[in-house]
Parts: sequence; structure tokens; C-alpha cells
Amino acid sequence: MTAGTLLSGQIRSDGLDLAAAGSWTAEHARELEPLVEAATRAQAHGQAAVRRIVIDVAKVDRLDTYGAWLIERTLRIWKSRGCDTQLVGLPDNYSNLFKKVRAGAHVLTTQPRRSNSIAATLESVGRTMSAVGADAIMLTQMAGALVVAFARVVVNPFKFRLTSMVNHLERVGWNAVPIILLITFLIGAILAQQGIFHFRTFGADIYVVDMVGVLVLREVGVLIVCIMVAGRSGSAYTAELGSMKMREEVDALRIMGFDPVEVLILPRILALIITVPILTFLGDMAAIYGGGLVSWLYGGIEPTVFMSRLQDSVSVQTFAVGMIKAPFMAVVIGLVACAEGLQVKGSAESLGAKTTDSVVKAIFLVIVMDGAFAIFFAAIGM
Amino acid sequence: MANGATDAVIKVKNLVVHLDNRNVLNGVHLELVRGEILGFVGASGAGKSVLTRTIVGLLPKTSGTIEVLGVDLDKADHRQTQAIDRRWGVLFQQGALFSSLNVGKNVEFPIREYLRLSNELTQEMAIAKLEMVGLKPDVYRNYPSELSGGMIKRVALARALALDPEILFLDEPTSGLDPISAGEFDQLILTLQETLGISVFMVTHDLDSLHRTCDRIAVLGEGKIIEAGTMDQMLASQHPWLKSYFHGARAHDDWHVAVKG
Repeated sequence: MTAGTLLSGQIRSDGLDLAAAGSWTAEHARELEPLVEAATRAQAHGQAAVRRIVIDVAKVDRLDTYGAWLIERTLRIWKSRGCDTQLVGLPDNYSNLFKKVRAGAHVLTTQPRRSNSIAATLESVGRTMSAVGADAIMLTQMAGALVVAFARVVVNPFKFRLTSMVNHLERVGWNAVPIILLITFLIGAILAQQGIFHFRTFGADIYVVDMVGVLVLREVGVLIVCIMVAGRSGSAYTAELGSMKMREEVDALRIMGFDPVEVLILPRILALIITVPILTFLGDMAAIYGGGLVSWLYGGIEPTVFMSRLQDSVSVQTFAVGMIKAPFMAVVIGLVACAEGLQVKGSAESLGAKTTDSVVKAIFLVIVMDGAFAIFFAAIGM
Repeated sequence: MANGATDAVIKVKNLVVHLDNRNVLNGVHLELVRGEILGFVGASGAGKSVLTRTIVGLLPKTSGTIEVLGVDLDKADHRQTQAIDRRWGVLFQQGALFSSLNVGKNVEFPIREYLRLSNELTQEMAIAKLEMVGLKPDVYRNYPSELSGGMIKRVALARALALDPEILFLDEPTSGLDPISAGEFDQLILTLQETLGISVFMVTHDLDSLHRTCDRIAVLGEGKIIEAGTMDQMLASQHPWLKSYFHGARAHDDWHVAVKG
């Protein structure tokens, strides 16, 4: 479909006559725009000042809001320059459309722009810091509410949601076993391989057993398990609670007189407290198994040698250091996940954002806690 | 434009849609005449949404033909279907605004993609559309999550109208709106039909809305169109489902006097 001559102009002594023709519709808007631009710039070329402008639209056979606005815009621009403007020949069937377009203002009220970049940076730093503060308060509140709910359940054990907790035990514990075993096995194997590769230059291959044993039992086992749990179960908790919050299920519980912390959060966090130490134990075993296997196949350390060396190098205390940390890490992961879940607002993006936040904050806090524990154990000589 | 004998913008012939091991639609014949507002009713689960989604191409059909603006969608190549996509607008039930874009960018999105105008004109057109659906230009910078249900529907309508479509699909436009907003929305659709001359295909359960805005009503049941005609014909119909629908507890007596026209 060709548009034909869309706009033609004629300069008169005191003004400009424009005639529009053809299809003034959305599909031709791209060709029309420069024509209309030119029509508003005509003053620059004209010898005399334009005092009067007439747009004849009698020959327009199709018009939509795009065409109508382009014509109206031309008229408005000339009017703002103090011209007499006139629109002639508007077909009756388009008069309603034109009236509608004419009624609009089509301009945005300007928004004050922030120009000072230093102030903006400072502002964003300030906002981040206050958000960190708010997070700390939120976590403390959640911990408090959890203790209260726990105390209530201890006083009145019938209130405890055992079914819910068993369900979560299965989901965060039992179902997580295969992936935890696989990952810790691989980590143990990699540690042993790297150890053997570098210790061999000193002829100290056998010390790889000490390294794997101590490292896995004290630090790596529990850290890997916690990171996996935060990513796997923490995010699930946040998403579940968040979607319940979004659909007002949490509010429904509250108005029926139930405490959401007691009904939803306590069973989840207790399930984590039970699960994480078990998974840590399984992870430790799998990692040592992986380390032993690599030591045998790659380093030539016989399993019997590995075992006796392991018995010399690690004690129950080494194992205890890792296991003691596990329930604390579980509480941190659970608190962060549940607190973030309850922060979800109405929209789906906020659910996604809070789930991401939950995982990132939980892993960060787990590592910070691990550091604090390291200092503590060093201080008491463990 | 080649439109055949009657001036129908959409012609659905013998449409069958097979979903979940059953024929949800079983031989539907339907026409949308240029410039009319067609109300489309049917029991929940009767397949109203399926028909709408099949026409706009979101669901595959099993057999039958769909002709839109004189083009058979089966025989159309990619360029033709894209040209048709430009000529209809769909208002989804929940608005379906892009939540990561603000209101203005939502309305500008199709304009930017299809027409490639200057930024200035694009923005002016978006504001024009917002004003046309009765919103203030200030909402331009708001995000969808900051809007009320009625405003979301209006913004979604503005986006559906962004390219000045010839056909407008409305999926339950007044559901979830209070009676005042619903009434205003009905009025808005009437005004738009008058000013822009668009043909409207409206799925609705709102009896007031059907009565006030629709030129013709089509009723879907058992996978077929049971009846199609004016409101008076619907009220006079002896079909049991239609009787309980139009003369049920929610119906008003004064509907027997035509309001529209």
C-alpha cells in the first residue's frame, strides 16, 4: 500500500497552507514524522514571518490516533509561536477521534533530576547501611519470636506440629542425602588429589591424610553442607513462605488466632536443626571416603595405612568441632530464610528478589559464623 | 481489503480444539463484524478462553479455519501473521503488564518494536493512549505493582491500543473491578469503539456490561455456539442454560427494555 503524497505545503504571503492526503495511520507514522517535522521548521526557510497556518485534511482517507496527533502537534507548535491555526475539511467520521486527541495534554510534568553524583553515592551508601541495620533487627525479632514459640510448645507439647516437621525432615534431610554425598565425596577427592600432587615434591605424601582428615572434619564438611542446604532448602523455605505471604495465607492463619511463627516457622527450623548435623556427619564420611579412594588410586596410599594414619592425626575433638557448628549454622540458615520469606510483598518479583537475598545472606552469615567459631575454638584451645 | 461478502473481521469456521483428551471446542462457527462489540459468554470451563486463545494463536487448533482481516491464518507466512499481530490488541484478564517496565515503557513497548518512531513521538503517543483510557499522564512513571486493579486494566488497555488496532480482544475486562470502575470501563469501551471504530471481542461474565456495551452476544456451550444474537434475542431464547443465565438471580427486570442504541 503506497501512501501517496502525504503532506504538501504552499507558502503564502502571511502564512502556510498545508494539505494532508492519503493514509495518516500508524503504519505510515514513520514516513509522516519527518514530513511533519519539516512543516514545523518552515519558518526558518520562509522569508516573511508566518502569521497564519491552515491544514486541510479533506483528502485524508484514513486517519487514526497517530495521524490525528501528528496534525494536532503541528497545530500546537505553530500556535505556541503565536500563529493563527486552523484545521479544515475534517471528515465527520473522524471528528470524535480528533476531539479525543485534542483533549489530551500529551506532555509529562518534568521530574527534578538528581545531578549531584557524590550526594547520590552517599545516599545509596546510607540506604545500604540502614538496610543492613534493618536486617539485623529483623533477624533478632525472628529469633525472639522463635524462642517464644518454642517456649510455648515446650509448655504445651500438643501445640507442636509434628507432621509438618516430619514432612520437612524428609524434604530437607532425606531427599538431600544423595546430592550431599556426591558433592562432599568429590570435594574430599579433590582435596586429596591436590594435597598429594603438591606434597609429593617434598616427599610428604602421607601428610595428605592429616590434611584431608582435619580440613574435612573441622571446616569443609560442615561448610559445604551448609552452603548446599542454604541453596537447596533455605531458598525453598523463602519461596514457600513468600508465596503464602503473597496469597494472604499467613494473614489468614493470624486472624484465625494461630501464630505463623509457631505453625510455619518452628517446624521448619527444628527440621533444619535436626537435619544439618546428620547431613554434616554423612558429608564428612563421604569426603573422607573420597579422599581415601584418591589417596589409594592416585597416591598409592594403602587403605590400611590411610586408616591408621587418620586415627593418629584426628581425634574425636576434631570431629566435635565440626559437628558443634552444624546446629548453629542450621539456625542461621532457617532464620534468614524464614525472615526473608515473610518480607515478601505482593509481587512476584519481590518473591524472586527475596529468595535470592535469602540464599546470599544465609551463605554469608554461615561463613561469618564459621570465622567466629574458629576464633572461639582457638581461644579455648580446641 | 478483501473481506468476502459480509464485512467480518474475524471468521471462525468449524473450529475444533482438542485438549487433555477431549474436544474442548467441537465445531465452532463465529463471526465478528467490523465495528461491533461482540459479547461472548458461557459457563466457566466451557472453553471461552480456549477460543480466544486459539484465535490469537496461543493455542494450536485441531481442525477448522480461522480468518482474520481476510487472511487465513493457516496459509499466512510469518510476515503476514506479524502484520496481523499489529492489527489486534489483547487485554488479558490480569492485565499482563511487564512488571519490570514502568507504565509508560509498557505502552511504548509495541510502538518502539513495530513503528520505530523518534523517542519524542513514541512518548507522546504513549501518553496519548494513557489519556485516551482516562488516566493522567503522571502514571507514566509508575510501576505496575504500584497501581490499583482498575488502573492496571486501563494501562493494559492502553497498551492493547498502542498500535491503533482494528480488533480488540477483552478477556473479562470488568472482573475484579468495583461497580463504579466497571461502569466507567464499559463507557470507555463504548467511547473507544465510537472514536476509533474498532471491533471488540469481549469475553465477560458481567451481565450489566453485556447489556450496556454489546451489540451482539454469542453463547458458548458444549463446545459449540448455542446461540448468537442481540440481547433481546437472548432474553427471548428458550434454551434452558440461557434462561437461567439471563433470567437468573443476578438479572434485572429492566433489561427487557433496551438501553443501548
